[in-house]
Amino acid sequence: MAAEQKHDQELDARGLNCPLPILRAKKTLNGMESGQVLKIIATDPGSVKDFDAFAKQTGNELLSSSEEEGEYFFYLKRK
Amino acid sequence: MDDKKLAIIATKGSLDWAYPPFILASTAAALGYETQIFFTFYGLVLLKKKLNLQVSSLGNPAMPMPMPVPVFMQAMPGMQAMMSSMMKAKMKKKGVASVEELRDLCLEAEVKMIACEMTVQLFDFDKKDFIEDIEYAGATTFFQFAGESDISLYI
Repeated sequence: MAAEQKHDQELDARGLNCPLPILRAKKTLNGMESGQVLKIIATDPGSVKDFDAFAKQTGNELLSSSEEEGEYFFYLKRK
Repeated sequence: MDDKKLAIIATKGSLDWAYPPFILASTAAALGYETQIFFTFYGLVLLKKKLNLQVSSLGNPAMPMPMPVPVFMQAMPGMQAMMSSMMKAKMKKKGVASVEELRDLCLEAEVKMIACEMTVQLFDFDKKDFIEDIEYAGATTFFQFAGESDISLYI
């Protein structure tokens, strides 16, 4: 059981495919303050690499990335 | 810090060709690229307020089909509309964004969309039929941006 991490907002991106999880995450992050954490739940397997690349390219830190029963959980810290 | 620049020239207007420019532009914008798309020739239809994008397997032998259909049947009346509906339904079912949604996301992300003035006139398009937040210009203007871009794509 993956431990629930502290987060300020949650984004349900289940059922959405590339590039929507990233685009929605970016939009949500824009409305958040620096240092806040966004939790994202996705079902698109491609989102694992996408969020890793997104974090590297935008400077929003990917705190963790995990998978459980076909759902992927990402915690992104707004830079 | 200088933003990286992405320049796209969009020349096609069928459903399958509509996706690459909008997906690439919206993703690049999400990653911090300054992005501009220049729409010309059939790419102009992607800027219409009301989209009715079509796709056909005719002339597209690589298009996956649920069952093989002889080419002469693919050309029959109604086939194109049916294939277009089927593809749109499949995309909806699989959670793929619609072209309208991707276009909106691009505009929100401040992707600059430019319509080729020359082809607008060539095809007698009415500017009233196009969405509002676009510019009209020619290739020379676009080259000001494209010439400095880090990535430029012809679609």
